[in-house]
Amino acid sequence: MLSASWALAGAGFRRYATYRQATVAGIFTNTVFGFLRCYVLLAVAAGTAAGVAGYTGAQLASYVWLGQGMLAVVNSWTMLDLADRVRSGDITADLLRPIDPLWTYLWTDVGRAGFAMLTRFSAPLVVGALAFELYVPARAVTYVLFAVSIVLAVVVGFACRYLLGLTAFWLLDIRGVTMFWVFLAGTGSGLYFPLTLLPDWLSTFLWIGTPFACLLQGPVDIAVERGGPEILALQLFWAVVLLWACRVVQARAVAKLVIQGG
Amino acid sequence: MYGHVLRAQIRSQTQYRTSFAVEVIGSVMLNGLDLATVFVLFSVAGSLGGFGGTEVFLLTTLSAFAFAVADLVVGNADKLRDYVRTGLFDTLLLRPLSALWQLLAVNFAPRRVGRAVQGLVLYVVALAIADIDWDLARAVYAVGAPVAGAVFFGSFFIAGSTLAFWWVESGEMANAFTYGGRDFSAYPSTMYGGWFRTVFASALGFGFVAYLPTLALVGRADPLGAPDWLRWCSPAVALIAAGLAALFWRTGVRHYRSTGS
Repeated sequence: MLSASWALAGAGFRRYATYRQATVAGIFTNTVFGFLRCYVLLAVAAGTAAGVAGYTGAQLASYVWLGQGMLAVVNSWTMLDLADRVRSGDITADLLRPIDPLWTYLWTDVGRAGFAMLTRFSAPLVVGALAFELYVPARAVTYVLFAVSIVLAVVVGFACRYLLGLTAFWLLDIRGVTMFWVFLAGTGSGLYFPLTLLPDWLSTFLWIGTPFACLLQGPVDIAVERGGPEILALQLFWAVVLLWACRVVQARAVAKLVIQGG
Repeated sequence: MYGHVLRAQIRSQTQYRTSFAVEVIGSVMLNGLDLATVFVLFSVAGSLGGFGGTEVFLLTTLSAFAFAVADLVVGNADKLRDYVRTGLFDTLLLRPLSALWQLLAVNFAPRRVGRAVQGLVLYVVALAIADIDWDLARAVYAVGAPVAGAVFFGSFFIAGSTLAFWWVESGEMANAFTYGGRDFSAYPSTMYGGWFRTVFASALGFGFVAYLPTLALVGRADPLGAPDWLRWCSPAVALIAAGLAALFWRTGVRHYRSTGS
């Protein structure tokens, strides 16, 4: 089982490593958006005496650039090809394999995220560090917590997309669902601005009541030392809940599939 | 002839009513999200880049409306990537119609109408509540500026998709200038700094989409020091951009080598 996981993760890594042009184009685009968002947030911070929701300028700059890098790692905007395979019926072949497709997809996605860390996470961050003053963590343990947090963010993001993909068993066409997901995940994860800028009830709801904050805001807050192990606990909670939901929903979907095909 | 293709496309896309409605609502919400982001940031700072509420609202809605129109009409130019990769572009060249307009008509996405209508409504509201000293020149410019902005964005859509003739995986790179340009022009240029502002506002010309026209409409001089007459030059800049995009497209088509598959 363990060797299969490694093989799948390696395959995911290599698959994305072959899209070299796309990787360069993606880095370029994330970097341009990093400049845009950084300037806007810093200008907002400069216009207020209190700063932006208690973030210092350097923390805000780090927030933007880490966010731009993590965007490609967590990859919550790009859907898995699961829905296509459900629609075309190829999923039946996946279900016949000895490994549950949930784990196949998860390990492949972890490999993809690993490649994204080396390229699309680090490159914009280096540019950001050259152009702006970024926040440097004061404690060494922050780096460890951040690393764990990214892994959990990848798992949570994966489980969300897997669930969305599973809806194809019922909906066949998931374009509508995907659109609403992009709408919610973009704002809810703190991609455009820190969630603390929202009214308290809304930001609390997004933090506790949805997995969105675990995707981006959580890990980034750990990196700029505005949060610690409690964010990891929240991420772990959502990762477990969502993976469990994936299993339950998939079991029901497969039961439905058998009835239909029988 | 194009009308024919266009009508067929609209019919096919609106066959599944629920799915179509969901997509229209979704895209309107996504557009509203961009405006909401500006609103949230504005509410934190009380002003953005030295501009007050009605001015920022006018600037943001002008940019959003122009972008929505460009996206509706030529946003599908990025489908060119698939056409080049699969060799399907050959079929467009074989027909006795312009390849570009065929590409756009065949891929026309009526769901984007919702966003353009929303953009228009918000822009009109912004014009009504902004402190504008109306005269004939301003009335004409209020109509002309979004058109110029749409032509300008459209030029970037086409130029960006043309990259596919040389570089098939270029997709995301074009986004930096289309969607990036939209984000840039949704805020006052005064908020950006250094060489980044010089590149986007002046060299690429995104300052002409909403920032300078807004200054002209509300009768403010540019705090960044552009001469007053330059605020009125958006249509001219849009024409230059369209000319360059057309030139780039032609070069690209001549350069096109079929994949032969």
